[in-house]
Amino acid sequence: MSTELSGITQPPMANGELIFEAPWQGRVFGMARALSEAGLFSWNEFREYLIKAIAARDREAEGDYAYYDHFLAALETLLADRGLVAPEPLETRCAEFRARPHGHDHGSE
Amino acid sequence: MSEHENHPASQQSIRAEAIESLLIEKGLLSEDAVDEVIVQYNERVGPMNGAKVVARAWKDPAFKLRLLTDGTRAVEEFEFTGGQVEKLVVVENTPAVHNVVVCTLCSCYPWAVLGLPPKWYKDPAYRSRIVREPRRVLAEFGVQISSSKELRVWDSSAEIRYMVLPEMPSDSESTSEEELAARVTRDAMIGVALL
Repeated sequence: MSTELSGITQPPMANGELIFEAPWQGRVFGMARALSEAGLFSWNEFREYLIKAIAARDREAEGDYAYYDHFLAALETLLADRGLVAPEPLETRCAEFRARPHGHDHGSE
Repeated sequence: MSEHENHPASQQSIRAEAIESLLIEKGLLSEDAVDEVIVQYNERVGPMNGAKVVARAWKDPAFKLRLLTDGTRAVEEFEFTGGQVEKLVVVENTPAVHNVVVCTLCSCYPWAVLGLPPKWYKDPAYRSRIVREPRRVLAEFGVQISSSKELRVWDSSAEIRYMVLPEMPSDSESTSEEELAARVTRDAMIGVALL
Protein backbone atom coordinates (compact mmCIF):
# COMPACT_ATOMS: atom_id res chain seq x y z
CA MET A 1 0.00 0.00 0.00
CA SER A 2 1.37 3.38 -0.98
CA THR A 3 0.39 4.99 2.32
CA GLU A 4 2.65 2.71 4.31
CA LEU A 5 5.45 4.13 6.42
CA SER A 6 7.95 1.41 7.09
CA GLY A 7 11.65 0.99 7.72
CA ILE A 8 13.25 4.30 8.68
CA THR A 9 9.96 6.17 8.32
CA GLN A 10 7.95 3.79 10.55
CA PRO A 11 6.13 5.86 13.19
CA PRO A 12 6.28 4.80 16.86
CA MET A 13 3.54 2.27 17.54
CA ALA A 14 2.37 -0.01 20.34
CA ASN A 15 -0.44 -2.54 20.34
CA GLY A 16 -0.89 -1.83 16.67
CA GLU A 17 -1.78 1.76 17.48
CA LEU A 18 0.11 4.93 16.70
CA ILE A 19 1.69 6.51 19.73
CA PHE A 20 1.55 10.25 20.06
CA GLU A 21 3.41 11.62 23.04
CA ALA A 22 1.67 14.95 22.69
CA PRO A 23 -1.44 16.02 20.79
CA TRP A 24 0.56 18.16 18.34
CA GLN A 25 2.22 14.97 17.07
CA GLY A 26 -1.16 13.57 16.15
CA ARG A 27 -2.06 16.87 14.47
CA VAL A 28 1.03 16.93 12.23
CA PHE A 29 0.53 13.29 11.31
CA GLY A 30 -3.11 13.98 10.46
CA MET A 31 -2.23 17.13 8.52
CA ALA A 32 0.32 15.38 6.32
CA ARG A 33 -2.09 12.57 5.51
CA ALA A 34 -5.07 14.85 4.94
CA LEU A 35 -3.10 17.16 2.63
CA SER A 36 -1.83 14.24 0.61
CA GLU A 37 -5.33 12.76 0.41
CA ALA A 38 -6.52 16.15 -0.82
CA GLY A 39 -3.93 15.88 -3.59
CA LEU A 40 -1.64 18.76 -2.54
CA PHE A 41 1.31 16.40 -2.67
CA SER A 42 1.74 12.68 -3.02
CA TRP A 43 2.46 10.52 -0.02
CA ASN A 44 5.67 9.37 -1.71
CA GLU A 45 6.84 12.96 -2.01
CA PHE A 46 6.19 13.50 1.66
CA ARG A 47 8.03 10.30 2.49
CA GLU A 48 11.08 11.54 0.57
CA TYR A 49 11.12 14.67 2.72
CA LEU A 50 10.71 12.59 5.85
CA ILE A 51 13.58 10.30 4.91
CA LYS A 52 15.81 13.34 4.32
CA ALA A 53 14.81 14.96 7.61
CA ILE A 54 15.47 11.76 9.57
CA ALA A 55 18.78 11.15 7.79
CA ALA A 56 19.94 14.69 8.55
CA ARG A 57 19.32 14.45 12.28
CA ASP A 58 22.09 15.00 14.80
CA ARG A 59 21.98 11.72 16.71
CA GLU A 60 24.05 12.98 19.63
CA ALA A 61 22.13 16.17 20.21
CA GLU A 62 18.83 14.40 19.77
CA GLY A 63 19.02 11.93 22.66
CA ASP A 64 15.78 9.96 22.42
CA TYR A 65 14.62 9.52 18.85
CA ALA A 66 12.37 12.50 18.17
CA TYR A 67 10.39 11.01 15.27
CA TYR A 68 7.71 13.68 15.19
CA ASP A 69 10.23 16.55 15.32
CA HIS A 70 11.54 15.23 12.01
CA PHE A 71 8.02 14.66 10.77
CA LEU A 72 7.16 18.29 11.50
CA ALA A 73 10.37 19.54 9.88
CA ALA A 74 9.65 17.47 6.77
CA LEU A 75 6.12 18.84 6.51
CA GLU A 76 7.29 22.40 7.02
CA THR A 77 9.95 22.13 4.31
CA LEU A 78 7.60 20.48 1.86
CA LEU A 79 4.90 23.12 2.42
CA ALA A 80 7.49 25.88 1.94
CA ASP A 81 8.89 24.29 -1.23
CA ARG A 82 5.37 24.04 -2.64
CA GLY A 83 4.56 27.62 -1.75
CA LEU A 84 1.64 26.41 0.40
CA VAL A 85 2.95 27.84 3.66
CA ALA A 86 5.84 30.27 3.23
CA PRO A 87 8.42 30.58 6.04
CA GLU A 88 7.69 34.24 6.79
CA PRO A 89 3.97 34.05 7.47
CA LEU A 90 4.68 30.92 9.48
CA GLU A 91 7.20 32.72 11.73
CA THR A 92 4.77 35.60 12.12
CA ARG A 93 1.99 33.25 13.17
CA CYS A 94 4.31 31.41 15.58
CA ALA A 95 5.29 34.72 17.17
CA GLU A 96 1.59 35.65 17.53
CA PHE A 97 0.84 32.35 19.21
CA ARG A 98 3.84 32.65 21.51
CA ALA A 99 2.68 36.11 22.52
CA ARG A 100 -0.73 34.88 23.58
CA PRO A 101 -1.52 35.67 27.18
CA HIS A 102 -1.16 32.88 29.66
CA GLY A 103 -4.24 30.79 30.10
CA HIS A 104 -5.25 30.69 26.45
CA ASP A 105 -6.74 27.49 25.13
CA HIS A 106 -3.93 24.97 25.22
CA GLY A 107 -6.02 22.55 23.23
CA SER A 108 -3.40 21.73 20.64
CA GLU A 109 -0.47 21.09 22.95
CA MET B 1 0.23 19.12 29.16
CA SER B 2 1.82 22.03 30.94
CA GLU B 3 5.01 23.30 29.38
CA HIS B 4 6.79 26.54 29.95
CA GLU B 5 8.17 28.98 27.43
CA ASN B 6 11.03 27.78 25.25
CA HIS B 7 10.52 24.16 26.13
CA PRO B 8 11.20 22.32 22.84
CA ALA B 9 7.88 20.44 22.87
CA SER B 10 6.02 23.66 23.41
CA GLN B 11 7.81 25.26 20.46
CA GLN B 12 6.88 22.27 18.31
CA SER B 13 3.25 22.44 19.36
CA ILE B 14 3.15 26.13 18.48
CA ARG B 15 4.67 25.47 15.04
CA ALA B 16 2.21 22.66 14.41
CA GLU B 17 -0.69 24.84 15.48
CA ALA B 18 0.58 27.74 13.35
CA ILE B 19 0.89 25.55 10.26
CA GLU B 20 -2.58 24.12 10.79
CA SER B 21 -4.14 27.54 11.28
CA LEU B 22 -2.51 28.90 8.09
CA LEU B 23 -3.60 25.89 6.05
CA ILE B 24 -7.16 26.19 7.36
CA GLU B 25 -7.25 29.93 6.53
CA LYS B 26 -6.16 29.15 2.99
CA GLY B 27 -8.92 26.58 2.69
CA LEU B 28 -6.39 23.79 2.09
CA LEU B 29 -7.34 21.83 5.17
CA SER B 30 -10.11 21.35 7.70
CA GLU B 31 -9.81 20.37 11.34
CA ASP B 32 -12.22 17.52 10.75
CA ALA B 33 -10.06 16.08 8.00
CA VAL B 34 -7.14 15.87 10.40
CA ASP B 35 -9.24 14.18 13.10
CA GLU B 36 -10.61 11.76 10.55
CA VAL B 37 -7.14 10.67 9.43
CA ILE B 38 -6.01 9.77 12.92
CA VAL B 39 -9.07 7.61 13.57
CA GLN B 40 -8.94 6.00 10.15
CA TYR B 41 -5.24 5.26 10.28
CA ASN B 42 -5.59 3.44 13.56
CA GLU B 43 -8.39 1.31 12.18
CA ARG B 44 -6.57 0.49 8.98
CA VAL B 45 -2.95 0.01 9.95
CA GLY B 46 -3.67 -2.63 12.57
CA PRO B 47 -5.80 -4.99 10.46
CA MET B 48 -3.36 -4.59 7.54
CA ASN B 49 -0.98 -7.07 9.16
CA GLY B 50 -3.67 -9.70 9.46
CA ALA B 51 -4.75 -9.02 5.87
CA LYS B 52 -1.23 -9.77 4.63
CA VAL B 53 -1.23 -13.05 6.54
CA VAL B 54 -4.59 -14.02 5.04
CA ALA B 55 -3.55 -13.12 1.49
CA ARG B 56 -0.38 -15.19 1.73
CA ALA B 57 -2.31 -18.16 3.09
CA TRP B 58 -4.66 -17.93 0.10
CA LYS B 59 -1.77 -17.84 -2.37
CA ASP B 60 0.65 -20.23 -0.73
CA PRO B 61 -0.74 -23.61 0.43
CA ALA B 62 2.47 -24.47 2.32
CA PHE B 63 2.22 -21.23 4.30
CA LYS B 64 -1.46 -21.87 4.94
CA LEU B 65 -0.61 -25.25 6.44
CA ARG B 66 2.03 -23.67 8.68
CA LEU B 67 -0.43 -20.95 9.68
CA LEU B 68 -3.18 -23.37 10.64
CA THR B 69 -0.70 -25.63 12.46
CA ASP B 70 1.06 -22.93 14.49
CA GLY B 71 -0.24 -19.42 13.94
CA THR B 72 2.28 -17.75 16.24
CA ARG B 73 5.28 -19.19 14.41
CA ALA B 74 3.87 -18.67 10.94
CA VAL B 75 3.18 -14.99 11.65
CA GLU B 76 6.77 -14.51 12.84
CA GLU B 77 7.77 -14.91 9.17
CA PHE B 78 6.40 -11.40 8.58
CA GLU B 79 8.47 -9.62 11.23
CA PHE B 80 5.63 -7.30 12.17
CA THR B 81 6.59 -4.49 14.46
CA GLY B 82 4.35 -3.37 17.28
CA GLY B 83 4.66 -6.26 19.62
CA GLN B 84 4.63 -9.91 20.41
CA VAL B 85 1.71 -12.04 19.38
CA GLU B 86 0.44 -14.22 22.19
CA LYS B 87 -0.41 -17.74 21.15
CA LEU B 88 -2.26 -17.15 17.92
CA VAL B 89 -4.66 -19.77 16.63
CA VAL B 90 -5.98 -19.29 13.11
CA VAL B 91 -9.26 -21.00 12.28
CA GLU B 92 -10.27 -21.55 8.68
CA ASN B 93 -13.64 -20.81 7.14
CA THR B 94 -14.70 -23.42 4.60
CA PRO B 95 -17.89 -24.13 2.66
CA ALA B 96 -18.89 -26.37 5.60
CA VAL B 97 -17.71 -24.30 8.58
CA HIS B 98 -17.97 -20.67 9.61
CA ASN B 99 -15.88 -19.37 12.52
CA VAL B 100 -16.42 -16.32 14.66
CA VAL B 101 -14.26 -14.92 17.45
CA VAL B 102 -15.25 -13.39 20.77
CA CYS B 103 -13.79 -12.81 24.19
CA THR B 104 -16.58 -13.53 26.64
CA LEU B 105 -14.58 -12.45 29.69
CA CYS B 106 -13.18 -9.15 28.55
CA SER B 107 -11.81 -8.05 25.20
CA CYS B 108 -8.79 -10.25 24.42
CA TYR B 109 -7.94 -9.65 20.80
CA PRO B 110 -5.02 -10.51 18.49
CA TRP B 111 -3.93 -6.89 18.27
CA ALA B 112 -0.55 -7.67 16.73
CA VAL B 113 -2.33 -8.81 13.58
CA LEU B 114 -5.63 -6.94 13.81
CA GLY B 115 -4.77 -3.67 15.55
CA LEU B 116 -7.30 -2.26 17.98
CA PRO B 117 -10.56 -4.07 18.62
CA PRO B 118 -13.68 -2.31 17.36
CA LYS B 119 -15.99 -0.84 19.99
CA TRP B 120 -18.65 -3.49 19.55
CA TYR B 121 -16.12 -6.27 20.27
CA LYS B 122 -15.91 -5.01 23.86
CA ASP B 123 -19.66 -4.62 24.15
CA PRO B 124 -21.22 -6.98 26.76
CA ALA B 125 -24.13 -7.65 24.39
CA TYR B 126 -21.85 -8.98 21.64
CA ARG B 127 -19.80 -10.99 24.13
CA SER B 128 -22.77 -12.84 25.55
CA ARG B 129 -25.10 -13.01 22.56
CA ILE B 130 -22.58 -14.33 20.01
CA VAL B 131 -22.30 -17.45 22.17
CA ARG B 132 -26.05 -17.82 22.86
CA GLU B 133 -27.44 -16.93 19.47
CA PRO B 134 -24.57 -16.65 16.98
CA ARG B 135 -26.71 -16.99 13.86
CA ARG B 136 -28.94 -14.15 14.89
CA VAL B 137 -26.05 -11.89 15.87
CA LEU B 138 -24.29 -12.61 12.57
CA ALA B 139 -27.52 -11.84 10.71
CA GLU B 140 -27.51 -8.45 12.43
CA PHE B 141 -24.02 -7.93 10.98
CA GLY B 142 -25.52 -8.79 7.59
CA VAL B 143 -24.06 -12.29 7.45
CA GLN B 144 -26.48 -15.10 6.77
CA ILE B 145 -25.14 -18.51 7.75
CA SER B 146 -27.35 -21.32 6.50
CA SER B 147 -28.49 -23.84 9.08
CA SER B 148 -26.65 -26.58 7.21
CA LYS B 149 -23.33 -24.87 7.88
CA GLU B 150 -21.53 -25.58 11.12
CA LEU B 151 -20.89 -22.47 13.21
CA ARG B 152 -17.97 -22.41 15.63
CA VAL B 153 -17.55 -19.66 18.21
CA TRP B 154 -14.03 -19.24 19.58
CA ASP B 155 -13.58 -17.68 23.01
CA SER B 156 -10.30 -15.79 23.27
CA SER B 157 -8.37 -15.55 26.48
CA ALA B 158 -5.23 -13.88 27.74
CA GLU B 159 -3.30 -16.96 26.59
CA ILE B 160 -4.91 -17.77 23.24
CA ARG B 161 -6.02 -15.30 20.58
CA TYR B 162 -8.04 -16.42 17.59
CA MET B 163 -8.15 -15.05 14.09
CA VAL B 164 -10.40 -16.23 11.28
CA LEU B 165 -8.95 -17.15 7.90
CA PRO B 166 -11.83 -16.10 5.64
CA GLU B 167 -12.74 -17.95 2.45
CA MET B 168 -11.06 -16.46 -0.60
CA PRO B 169 -13.51 -14.54 -2.81
CA SER B 170 -14.27 -16.82 -5.77
CA ASP B 171 -13.42 -14.17 -8.37
CA SER B 172 -9.86 -13.63 -7.17
CA GLU B 173 -7.90 -16.67 -8.38
CA SER B 174 -5.54 -14.64 -10.57
CA THR B 175 -5.20 -11.63 -8.24
CA SER B 176 -1.80 -10.78 -6.71
CA GLU B 177 -1.11 -11.28 -3.02
CA GLU B 178 -0.97 -7.54 -2.45
CA GLU B 179 -4.29 -6.91 -4.17
CA LEU B 180 -5.85 -9.76 -2.23
CA ALA B 181 -4.62 -8.28 1.06
CA ALA B 182 -6.40 -5.02 0.21
CA ARG B 183 -9.70 -6.91 0.02
CA VAL B 184 -9.42 -8.52 3.45
CA THR B 185 -11.32 -6.64 6.12
CA ARG B 186 -10.93 -6.59 9.86
CA ASP B 187 -14.49 -7.84 10.35
CA ALA B 188 -13.87 -10.83 8.08
CA MET B 189 -10.92 -11.83 10.26
CA ILE B 190 -13.13 -11.66 13.35
CA GLY B 191 -15.75 -13.68 11.50
CA VAL B 192 -18.58 -11.15 11.42
CA ALA B 193 -18.26 -10.44 7.69
CA LEU B 194 -17.81 -12.43 4.50
CA LEU B 195 -15.65 -11.38 1.56
